[in-house]
Amino acid sequence: MKKTHIVLLIFIAAAIAVLVSFTGNLTTYETVASARQKPGTFVRLIAKVDKSQAVEYDAAKDPNYLVFTAIDTLGNTTRVVFRNSKPPDFEKSEKLVLNGRMENGRFECKDMLMKCPSKYKDDPNVIKKNLTVIN
Amino acid sequence: MHFTGEHLFPGQLGHFLVVLSFVASLVATIAYFRSTVAKIPAQASGWKQLARYAFFAESVSVFTVFITIFYIISTHKFEYAYAWNHSSMALSPKFLFACIWEAQEGSFLLWTIWHCVLGLVLIFRAGKWEAPVMTVVSFAQVCLATMIIGLYFGSTRVGINPFMLVRQLDVMQNAPIFNSPDYLSIPQMRDGQGLNQLLQNYWMVIHPPILFLGFASTIVPFAYAIAGLWKRDYTGWTKVALPWTVFSAGILGLGIMMGAAWAYESLTFGGFWAWDPVENASLVPWLVMVAGLHTLVVYNATGHSLRATFFFFIMAFFLVLFSTFLTRSGILGESSVHAFVENDMNFQLISLMAVFLVPAMLLFGTRYAAIPHIIREESSYSREFWMFIGALVLFLAAMVISWQTAFTPIYNKIAGKSTAAPEDPEFAYNKIQVFVAVVLGILTAVGQYLRYKDMPRGVFIRKAGWPLLAAIILSLLISLFGGINFQKHGPGFLGAIHLAVFAAVYAMVANAAYMWVGLNGKLKSAGGSIAHLGFGMMLLGILISSAKKDVLSKNNGILLNFDPKSKQDPTENLTLIKGLRTDMGRYWATYENKDSTGQHGNITYFKIDFQDKKSGEQFTLYPNFIKATKGQEGVSGNPDSRHYWDKDIFTYISATSLDDESDTVRFKKYNVKLKDTIFYSGGYMILNNVSINPAGTKYKVGPNDTLIVADLAVLSSDSMKYRATPAISWKGADSRFLFDTLFAQNLALGFTGVNKDAHTFEIQVKESGKMVPYVALKAYEFPHINLLWLGTLIMVAGFGVSLRRRYVLSRSLTVSRRRQGADAGRS
Repeated sequence: MKKTHIVLLIFIAAAIAVLVSFTGNLTTYETVASARQKPGTFVRLIAKVDKSQAVEYDAAKDPNYLVFTAIDTLGNTTRVVFRNSKPPDFEKSEKLVLNGRMENGRFECKDMLMKCPSKYKDDPNVIKKNLTVIN
Repeated sequence: MHFTGEHLFPGQLGHFLVVLSFVASLVATIAYFRSTVAKIPAQASGWKQLARYAFFAESVSVFTVFITIFYIISTHKFEYAYAWNHSSMALSPKFLFACIWEAQEGSFLLWTIWHCVLGLVLIFRAGKWEAPVMTVVSFAQVCLATMIIGLYFGSTRVGINPFMLVRQLDVMQNAPIFNSPDYLSIPQMRDGQGLNQLLQNYWMVIHPPILFLGFASTIVPFAYAIAGLWKRDYTGWTKVALPWTVFSAGILGLGIMMGAAWAYESLTFGGFWAWDPVENASLVPWLVMVAGLHTLVVYNATGHSLRATFFFFIMAFFLVLFSTFLTRSGILGESSVHAFVENDMNFQLISLMAVFLVPAMLLFGTRYAAIPHIIREESSYSREFWMFIGALVLFLAAMVISWQTAFTPIYNKIAGKSTAAPEDPEFAYNKIQVFVAVVLGILTAVGQYLRYKDMPRGVFIRKAGWPLLAAIILSLLISLFGGINFQKHGPGFLGAIHLAVFAAVYAMVANAAYMWVGLNGKLKSAGGSIAHLGFGMMLLGILISSAKKDVLSKNNGILLNFDPKSKQDPTENLTLIKGLRTDMGRYWATYENKDSTGQHGNITYFKIDFQDKKSGEQFTLYPNFIKATKGQEGVSGNPDSRHYWDKDIFTYISATSLDDESDTVRFKKYNVKLKDTIFYSGGYMILNNVSINPAGTKYKVGPNDTLIVADLAVLSSDSMKYRATPAISWKGADSRFLFDTLFAQNLALGFTGVNKDAHTFEIQVKESGKMVPYVALKAYEFPHINLLWLGTLIMVAGFGVSLRRRYVLSRSLTVSRRRQGADAGRS
């Protein structure tokens, strides 16, 4: 066997080992109900801001403390604590991916990803809304 | 119905040209194909002539399409969906180009244009390779043209026509607005939705064209490789394709780093790289292209690694297509900061990958055995052996990144699961790639001192020993005194960082030394060494600036923290109350004021003064907020940095009293006449006067604006007197309320209406304890980030030097061949 082949095999074995361990570290997307089933496990909760509930954030008091209610597509809600600043596009987000853990009935959010309707591409529904709302 | 005021001609012309470009590139493909397979020379040149005409026609069409779109946007023809969706009257002219690339159609067009430019160069330069190479390029043009052709076959739409009118959009069917023939006079049709605020940055004007030139250029090495397989001339293309490969790797690298610079300057994820799928999608083809570049150099020098070169070039181009699929199909969904919307082009995008990958791999597979290779093994003391290993590492690194990027979305789609990236996705990449950096850094250093074929061990050790010693000493100094102490992921990762610092330093020292020791300072032929020096510097910059990234704005719980847990989590936002000097670690920070600029006041700059506690040095930064476009609420932060030669102080505003939604106190409305009194808890106020366009107010009034200002005298119970001037401004039909605030009284006052019949004015009053103006600031220190940018420049310069040399060499090769041919003809 040639040296190159040996090296190739070693590298490929290393790459496979790395990928298997990566796959083992994967997390899951959850709903509020399924996240409650796994308290303490790091999950990604797909939800949106429940605008009927108060969003607590007072940067003058503590800029690293945001509390709000998230509601998922099934209509279940949970309070979410986010120990960071309120992201600038928070209110306009249509969907949130909240990364964190369910702890003591509250969702402790480490970081969040906001889906804003037209951040990169155009959502036809928004275009439609923008044109028809004013009519 | 006949609509008034529409300019239909540019759209009709544009769409006609899109269709023409499709037809012309199809003709070019067929004609180049026939020319390639023709047995009789006369036939071959006849087909080639036709193909050239077709390709010229296609190029002219594509350029004109681009100019037409630019015309539509720059003259604000909002009847067109493109202009309406992606631009607005307020947009600064310098961002008009960015509007074109904001949409998918525009970026496909950009890609097509670069293919045209590259194709035209190939027509003039490729010689006997023109027909097969241009067959591939023209075929790619056919495929790209289908992306913007926007034709219906039955009920299936192929591509998106960039010249659609707003009223022709699918979602606009039955919209009531289009029942009126002069719908263009309705206010919301008289201005566009604007360009995404994040793209309103100068990097966004130049980064996409460079990046797409990089993407587009990957087709040339691919096309040469295919041509070589197709014509069974497996070796004749390798020298002429080399300058193209160098060009492609250099430009793609530059484009990627420009994107990193944009992210650093205008995004607030706090850095230049986040392993976002969109970033990975551009990095992966580059890694594979660089792998192919190295094996191609090895082949030209030694005859080894030709099969690998074919494979890498096919993969590099395929990975560009795969990136296109990943970033445009919407499959990434949750995993990217970019919001992608599913569209109906997935089938088309998958087909695009298949029509290139399947024939290319079939061709490669069936001709594999015929590709020349050397059976004798490379020596362990040869350059080619280690270059091949390096190329392999690059390729595997690219595969690992691809897997990590694309596994979960594709697996979820196929298996219906809901897996997601690991808890710390960046670390999942970093912990692997740091070792790739170690291996690559060392290989780049050692490789230079090895000769091709073989060399005596003593010579190698003598030559390579000194740089190694120097690098060990230097990197030890950095490790010991550089303050690299990245504990977040444990001692193992910290150790790997130190090792990588050594590898990066070694790459720099060895390559710099080699320019003098090995090449006697002949910079013209030192392209490789220069590029490797730059690469080493980039690695060092990445390692130090990331591992030593320091949060300056630590909030040490001076302000209320409700939960003991908050001490464990990073609390990186510091509240600055207006005018109050606040302790920020090594600095004092003071929020002075804010100022809105931009045509519609859409950018708010926050003036923050900093003072270094030790040195007393003072400086001011202006991080800003840009108002969201496209009818969205909210703002986006834009950072501002203070640059030093050895570090950056990087700041942005994460929150401000501007958009404080938690302030639930409502405005109270009062309808008052002149000289009427309104009471509030701290006193009363009198409406003294209402005037139109008065002189000497704090508002900026444009020539076409109308401003009505209410003049209120506020008298507080402690006998203080204040003046407030809320106003209404009109710009055309667009009205805005300009509120006025009296912080001393915690009052916000608005003037929101005039009732002509009752002679009353609507004044709104809000009292709130939360009116203290503040900003929440994030500040980071990025030490030695300039190494990254300087390293990038050096690496690109190295590619430039190398390109020039390889080009000259490949020209002299053709010239000498021609001479030989002529001599042979004479004798």
